[in-house]
Amino acid sequence: MASDEGQQHPLSIYFWIWGLLFVVSFFSYMVDYLQFEGYVRWGLIIAFMLVKAGFIVAIFMHMRWERLALKLAILLPPIAILLFISMMNFEGDYTFLTRIEFFGESSFVPESPH
Amino acid sequence: MSEAVLTETGGVLPPGGKGVVADFSADMQAFHVPWGKAMMWIFLLSDTFIFSCFLIGYMKVRLSTTDPWPVPSEVFALSFGGDPIPLVLIAIMTFILITSSGTMAMAVNMGYRKDRNKTFWLMVATAVLGASFVGMQAFEWTKLIVDEGVRPWGNPMGAAQFGSSFFMITGFHGMHVSAGVIYLLVIATRVKRGFYEKRGGNYEIVEITGLYWHFVDLVWVFIFAFFYLW
Repeated sequence: MASDEGQQHPLSIYFWIWGLLFVVSFFSYMVDYLQFEGYVRWGLIIAFMLVKAGFIVAIFMHMRWERLALKLAILLPPIAILLFISMMNFEGDYTFLTRIEFFGESSFVPESPH
Repeated sequence: MSEAVLTETGGVLPPGGKGVVADFSADMQAFHVPWGKAMMWIFLLSDTFIFSCFLIGYMKVRLSTTDPWPVPSEVFALSFGGDPIPLVLIAIMTFILITSSGTMAMAVNMGYRKDRNKTFWLMVATAVLGASFVGMQAFEWTKLIVDEGVRPWGNPMGAAQFGSSFFMITGFHGMHVSAGVIYLLVIATRVKRGFYEKRGGNYEIVEITGLYWHFVDLVWVFIFAFFYLW
Protein backbone atom coordinates (compact mmCIF):
# COMPACT_ATOMS: atom_id res chain seq x y z
CA MET A 1 0.00 0.00 0.00
CA ALA A 2 1.74 3.16 -1.16
CA SER A 3 1.42 6.22 1.00
CA ASP A 4 -0.66 8.26 -1.44
CA GLU A 5 -3.42 5.72 -2.01
CA GLY A 6 -5.19 6.20 1.29
CA GLN A 7 -7.31 3.69 3.14
CA GLN A 8 -9.58 1.72 0.84
CA HIS A 9 -11.27 -1.36 2.16
CA PRO A 10 -14.34 -3.32 1.15
CA LEU A 11 -17.59 -1.97 2.58
CA SER A 12 -18.50 -5.34 4.11
CA ILE A 13 -15.93 -5.00 6.90
CA TYR A 14 -17.52 -1.72 8.02
CA PHE A 15 -20.98 -3.26 8.06
CA TRP A 16 -19.67 -6.17 10.12
CA ILE A 17 -18.02 -3.93 12.68
CA TRP A 18 -21.05 -1.64 12.74
CA GLY A 19 -23.28 -4.60 13.56
CA LEU A 20 -20.87 -5.92 16.19
CA LEU A 21 -20.75 -2.52 17.90
CA PHE A 22 -24.54 -2.55 18.12
CA VAL A 23 -24.57 -6.04 19.62
CA VAL A 24 -21.82 -5.30 22.15
CA SER A 25 -23.49 -2.01 23.15
CA PHE A 26 -26.71 -3.92 23.69
CA PHE A 27 -24.82 -6.38 25.93
CA SER A 28 -23.31 -3.59 28.00
CA TYR A 29 -26.74 -2.03 28.43
CA MET A 30 -28.00 -5.45 29.54
CA VAL A 31 -25.35 -5.48 32.28
CA ASP A 32 -27.22 -2.59 33.86
CA TYR A 33 -30.70 -3.79 32.95
CA LEU A 34 -30.17 -7.24 34.47
CA GLN A 35 -28.57 -5.63 37.54
CA PHE A 36 -25.35 -7.60 37.73
CA GLU A 37 -23.38 -6.59 40.82
CA GLY A 38 -19.79 -6.50 42.05
CA TYR A 39 -16.88 -7.93 40.11
CA VAL A 40 -19.10 -9.56 37.49
CA ARG A 41 -20.58 -6.15 36.68
CA TRP A 42 -17.26 -4.33 36.60
CA GLY A 43 -15.56 -7.08 34.64
CA LEU A 44 -18.30 -7.20 32.00
CA ILE A 45 -18.42 -3.39 31.70
CA ILE A 46 -14.67 -3.19 31.11
CA ALA A 47 -14.63 -6.18 28.75
CA PHE A 48 -17.39 -4.77 26.52
CA MET A 49 -15.83 -1.31 26.67
CA LEU A 50 -12.45 -2.60 25.51
CA VAL A 51 -14.00 -4.65 22.70
CA LYS A 52 -15.87 -1.59 21.42
CA ALA A 53 -12.88 0.72 21.77
CA GLY A 54 -10.67 -1.83 20.00
CA PHE A 55 -13.01 -2.18 17.02
CA ILE A 56 -13.43 1.58 16.66
CA VAL A 57 -9.70 2.29 16.72
CA ALA A 58 -8.60 -0.73 14.67
CA ILE A 59 -11.23 -0.72 11.92
CA PHE A 60 -13.13 2.59 11.83
CA MET A 61 -10.00 4.64 12.50
CA HIS A 62 -7.94 2.29 10.26
CA MET A 63 -5.19 1.83 12.84
CA ARG A 64 -4.95 -1.84 11.89
CA TRP A 65 -3.64 -0.93 8.44
CA GLU A 66 -1.19 1.77 9.51
CA ARG A 67 2.54 1.24 9.73
CA LEU A 68 3.95 0.06 13.06
CA ALA A 69 5.75 3.39 13.63
CA LEU A 70 2.43 5.29 13.76
CA LYS A 71 0.75 2.57 15.82
CA LEU A 72 3.47 2.72 18.46
CA ALA A 73 3.63 6.53 18.49
CA ILE A 74 -0.12 6.80 19.16
CA LEU A 75 -0.95 3.69 21.17
CA LEU A 76 2.01 3.52 23.58
CA PRO A 77 1.75 6.92 25.34
CA PRO A 78 -1.71 6.16 26.83
CA ILE A 79 -0.01 3.46 28.93
CA ALA A 80 1.09 6.33 31.18
CA ILE A 81 -2.61 6.80 31.97
CA LEU A 82 -2.70 3.36 33.62
CA LEU A 83 0.02 4.47 36.01
CA PHE A 84 -1.91 7.67 36.75
CA ILE A 85 -5.07 5.63 37.42
CA SER A 86 -3.30 3.37 39.91
CA MET A 87 -1.73 6.37 41.69
CA MET A 88 -5.07 8.14 42.02
CA ASN A 89 -6.65 4.89 43.14
CA PHE A 90 -4.33 4.75 46.17
CA GLU A 91 -4.82 8.48 46.73
CA GLY A 92 -8.60 8.08 46.67
CA ASP A 93 -8.52 5.27 49.24
CA TYR A 94 -6.24 7.35 51.43
CA THR A 95 -8.56 10.38 51.28
CA PHE A 96 -11.56 8.19 52.05
CA LEU A 97 -9.92 6.61 55.09
CA THR A 98 -8.70 10.01 56.32
CA ARG A 99 -12.24 11.38 56.08
CA ILE A 100 -13.64 8.41 57.99
CA GLU A 101 -10.92 8.90 60.61
CA PHE A 102 -11.55 12.62 61.15
CA PHE A 103 -15.20 13.18 60.20
CA GLY A 104 -16.73 9.75 60.81
CA GLU A 105 -19.22 7.88 58.64
CA SER A 106 -21.60 9.84 56.45
CA SER A 107 -24.87 10.93 58.02
CA PHE A 108 -26.29 11.82 54.60
CA VAL A 109 -29.99 11.10 54.27
CA PRO A 110 -31.37 11.25 50.73
CA GLU A 111 -34.39 13.48 50.31
CA SER A 112 -37.58 11.59 49.61
CA PRO A 113 -38.24 11.25 45.88
CA HIS A 114 -40.63 13.82 44.53
CA MET B 1 -1.16 -4.83 7.09
CA SER B 2 2.39 -3.49 7.35
CA GLU B 3 3.66 -3.92 3.85
CA ALA B 4 6.78 -2.34 2.44
CA VAL B 5 6.29 1.30 1.56
CA LEU B 6 7.77 3.21 -1.36
CA THR B 7 9.25 6.51 -0.25
CA GLU B 8 9.04 9.80 -2.10
CA THR B 9 12.58 9.32 -3.39
CA GLY B 10 11.97 5.81 -4.65
CA GLY B 11 13.49 3.89 -1.74
CA VAL B 12 11.73 0.98 -0.08
CA LEU B 13 10.91 0.89 3.64
CA PRO B 14 10.50 -2.58 5.17
CA PRO B 15 7.44 -3.65 7.20
CA GLY B 16 7.22 -4.57 10.89
CA GLY B 17 9.85 -3.88 13.54
CA LYS B 18 12.59 -3.15 11.01
CA GLY B 19 10.17 -0.68 9.48
CA VAL B 20 9.89 1.20 12.77
CA VAL B 21 13.65 1.60 12.92
CA ALA B 22 13.81 2.57 9.26
CA ASP B 23 10.94 5.07 9.59
CA PHE B 24 12.39 6.87 12.58
CA SER B 25 16.03 6.79 11.47
CA ALA B 26 15.69 7.55 7.78
CA ASP B 27 16.38 11.29 8.16
CA MET B 28 13.05 12.13 6.52
CA GLN B 29 9.32 11.98 7.14
CA ALA B 30 8.73 9.43 9.92
CA PHE B 31 5.03 8.71 9.38
CA HIS B 32 4.17 7.74 5.83
CA VAL B 33 0.69 9.19 5.96
CA PRO B 34 -0.52 12.67 4.91
CA TRP B 35 0.69 15.24 7.43
CA GLY B 36 -2.90 16.23 8.25
CA LYS B 37 -3.65 12.69 9.34
CA ALA B 38 -0.54 12.40 11.50
CA MET B 39 -1.38 15.72 13.16
CA MET B 40 -5.00 14.71 13.74
CA TRP B 41 -3.76 11.54 15.45
CA ILE B 42 -1.43 13.56 17.65
CA PHE B 43 -4.24 15.98 18.51
CA LEU B 44 -6.47 13.03 19.40
CA LEU B 45 -3.69 11.62 21.58
CA SER B 46 -3.56 14.89 23.53
CA ASP B 47 -7.35 14.89 23.76
CA THR B 48 -7.14 11.35 25.14
CA PHE B 49 -5.05 12.69 28.00
CA ILE B 50 -7.55 15.50 28.71
CA PHE B 51 -10.50 13.13 28.87
CA SER B 52 -8.44 10.70 30.95
CA CYS B 53 -7.75 13.46 33.46
CA PHE B 54 -11.48 14.15 33.78
CA LEU B 55 -12.32 10.47 34.19
CA ILE B 56 -9.51 9.90 36.67
CA GLY B 57 -10.62 12.97 38.63
CA TYR B 58 -14.12 11.51 38.68
CA MET B 59 -12.76 8.16 39.88
CA LYS B 60 -10.85 9.88 42.66
CA VAL B 61 -13.79 11.89 44.02
CA ARG B 62 -16.11 8.92 43.75
CA LEU B 63 -13.62 6.75 45.68
CA SER B 64 -13.03 9.31 48.39
CA THR B 65 -16.53 10.59 49.17
CA THR B 66 -18.16 9.25 52.33
CA ASP B 67 -21.66 10.13 51.10
CA PRO B 68 -23.49 7.53 48.98
CA TRP B 69 -23.01 7.97 45.21
CA PRO B 70 -26.34 8.55 43.41
CA VAL B 71 -27.31 5.41 41.45
CA PRO B 72 -26.95 6.37 37.75
CA SER B 73 -29.33 3.61 36.75
CA GLU B 74 -32.11 5.36 38.72
CA VAL B 75 -31.04 8.98 38.16
CA PHE B 76 -31.05 8.53 34.39
CA ALA B 77 -34.18 6.39 34.21
CA LEU B 78 -36.99 7.67 32.05
CA SER B 79 -40.64 6.81 32.15
CA PHE B 80 -42.84 6.65 29.05
CA GLY B 81 -46.13 6.47 30.91
CA GLY B 82 -45.32 3.16 32.63
CA ASP B 83 -42.53 2.05 34.96
CA PRO B 84 -39.28 3.99 34.56
CA ILE B 85 -36.83 2.24 32.23
CA PRO B 86 -33.25 2.48 33.54
CA LEU B 87 -30.75 4.47 31.44
CA VAL B 88 -33.01 4.34 28.40
CA LEU B 89 -32.10 7.78 27.04
CA ILE B 90 -28.40 7.06 27.49
CA ALA B 91 -28.82 3.77 25.62
CA ILE B 92 -30.56 5.58 22.75
CA MET B 93 -27.78 8.20 22.68
CA THR B 94 -25.18 5.41 22.56
CA PHE B 95 -26.91 3.77 19.60
CA ILE B 96 -27.23 7.11 17.80
CA LEU B 97 -23.52 7.76 18.16
CA ILE B 98 -22.63 4.28 16.89
CA THR B 99 -24.95 4.75 13.93
CA SER B 100 -23.25 8.06 13.15
CA SER B 101 -19.85 6.33 13.35
CA GLY B 102 -21.10 3.85 10.77
CA THR B 103 -22.31 6.53 8.36
CA MET B 104 -18.99 8.34 8.83
CA ALA B 105 -17.02 5.20 7.93
CA MET B 106 -19.16 4.90 4.79
CA ALA B 107 -18.49 8.56 3.97
CA VAL B 108 -14.73 7.99 4.18
CA ASN B 109 -15.04 5.01 1.87
CA MET B 110 -17.17 6.92 -0.65
CA GLY B 111 -14.71 9.81 -0.45
CA TYR B 112 -11.86 7.60 -1.60
CA ARG B 113 -14.09 6.34 -4.41
CA LYS B 114 -14.51 10.03 -5.32
CA ASP B 115 -18.28 9.73 -5.12
CA ARG B 116 -18.86 13.32 -4.02
CA ASN B 117 -22.63 13.13 -3.78
CA LYS B 118 -22.73 10.07 -1.55
CA THR B 119 -19.88 11.40 0.57
CA PHE B 120 -21.78 14.66 1.06
CA TRP B 121 -25.04 13.02 2.09
CA LEU B 122 -23.36 10.49 4.39
CA MET B 123 -21.48 13.31 6.13
CA VAL B 124 -24.71 15.30 6.46
CA ALA B 125 -26.40 12.22 7.94
CA THR B 126 -23.53 11.90 10.41
CA ALA B 127 -23.89 15.57 11.36
CA VAL B 128 -27.66 15.23 11.80
CA LEU B 129 -27.20 12.21 14.09
CA GLY B 130 -24.55 14.14 16.03
CA ALA B 131 -26.87 17.12 16.40
CA SER B 132 -29.68 14.89 17.66
CA PHE B 133 -27.23 13.45 20.20
CA VAL B 134 -26.51 16.96 21.48
CA GLY B 135 -30.25 17.68 21.55
CA MET B 136 -30.86 14.63 23.76
CA GLN B 137 -28.02 15.69 25.98
CA ALA B 138 -29.63 19.12 26.38
CA PHE B 139 -32.87 17.36 27.34
CA GLU B 140 -31.00 15.20 29.85
CA TRP B 141 -29.26 18.21 31.42
CA THR B 142 -32.55 20.09 31.68
CA LYS B 143 -34.23 17.13 33.36
CA LEU B 144 -31.36 16.78 35.83
CA ILE B 145 -31.13 20.47 36.67
CA VAL B 146 -34.83 21.36 36.75
CA ASP B 147 -36.55 18.17 37.92
CA GLU B 148 -33.87 16.41 39.97
CA GLY B 149 -32.20 19.51 41.41
CA VAL B 150 -28.66 18.40 40.49
CA ARG B 151 -26.10 21.22 40.77
CA PRO B 152 -22.31 21.20 40.37
CA TRP B 153 -22.05 21.74 44.14
CA GLY B 154 -24.71 19.33 45.36
CA ASN B 155 -27.80 17.27 44.75
CA PRO B 156 -30.59 15.67 46.80
CA MET B 157 -29.56 12.06 46.03
CA GLY B 158 -26.09 11.80 47.56
CA ALA B 159 -22.48 12.83 47.04
CA ALA B 160 -22.09 16.45 45.96
CA GLN B 161 -19.29 15.48 43.55
CA PHE B 162 -21.82 13.69 41.33
CA GLY B 163 -22.99 16.94 39.74
CA SER B 164 -19.56 18.45 39.17
CA SER B 165 -18.22 15.23 37.56
CA PHE B 166 -21.33 14.83 35.44
CA PHE B 167 -21.47 18.38 34.07
CA MET B 168 -17.73 18.54 33.47
CA ILE B 169 -17.37 15.20 31.67
CA THR B 170 -20.55 15.16 29.61
CA GLY B 171 -20.29 18.89 28.96
CA PHE B 172 -16.80 18.59 27.56
CA HIS B 173 -17.85 15.62 25.46
CA GLY B 174 -20.96 17.44 24.22
CA MET B 175 -18.75 20.35 23.23
CA HIS B 176 -16.64 17.94 21.17
CA VAL B 177 -19.74 16.57 19.47
CA SER B 178 -21.00 20.11 18.68
CA ALA B 179 -17.61 21.08 17.27
CA GLY B 180 -17.63 17.84 15.26
CA VAL B 181 -21.03 18.65 13.75
CA ILE B 182 -19.73 22.04 12.56
CA TYR B 183 -16.51 20.47 11.27
CA LEU B 184 -18.50 17.82 9.38
CA LEU B 185 -20.82 20.37 7.78
CA VAL B 186 -17.90 22.56 6.67
CA ILE B 187 -16.05 19.67 5.04
CA ALA B 188 -19.25 18.19 3.57
CA THR B 189 -20.09 21.52 1.92
CA ARG B 190 -16.60 21.74 0.46
CA VAL B 191 -16.86 18.19 -0.89
CA LYS B 192 -20.20 19.02 -2.47
CA ARG B 193 -18.90 22.20 -4.09
CA GLY B 194 -15.90 20.41 -5.57
CA PHE B 195 -13.34 22.28 -3.48
CA TYR B 196 -11.09 19.21 -3.37
CA GLU B 197 -11.34 18.61 -7.10
CA LYS B 198 -9.24 21.75 -7.53
CA ARG B 199 -6.66 20.13 -5.28
CA GLY B 200 -6.19 17.06 -7.40
CA GLY B 201 -9.27 15.19 -6.18
CA ASN B 202 -7.69 14.31 -2.86
CA TYR B 203 -10.26 13.20 -0.28
CA GLU B 204 -7.96 12.37 2.64
CA ILE B 205 -9.66 15.23 4.50
CA VAL B 206 -12.79 13.09 4.78
CA GLU B 207 -10.78 10.40 6.53
CA ILE B 208 -9.19 12.99 8.84
CA THR B 209 -12.63 14.36 9.72
CA GLY B 210 -13.70 10.76 10.27
CA LEU B 211 -10.84 10.20 12.71
CA TYR B 212 -12.12 13.07 14.85
CA TRP B 213 -15.68 11.81 14.69
CA HIS B 214 -14.78 8.24 15.60
CA PHE B 215 -12.76 9.59 18.50
CA VAL B 216 -15.86 11.37 19.84
CA ASP B 217 -17.66 8.02 19.68
CA LEU B 218 -14.67 6.34 21.34
CA VAL B 219 -14.73 8.77 24.28
CA TRP B 220 -18.44 8.13 24.71
CA VAL B 221 -17.71 4.39 25.02
CA PHE B 222 -15.56 5.16 28.06
CA ILE B 223 -17.98 7.70 29.56
CA PHE B 224 -20.86 5.26 29.11
CA ALA B 225 -18.91 2.51 30.85
CA PHE B 226 -17.41 4.47 33.74
CA PHE B 227 -20.00 7.15 34.47
CA TYR B 228 -23.34 5.62 33.55
CA LEU B 229 -22.86 1.88 34.00
CA TRP B 230 -20.35 1.64 36.86
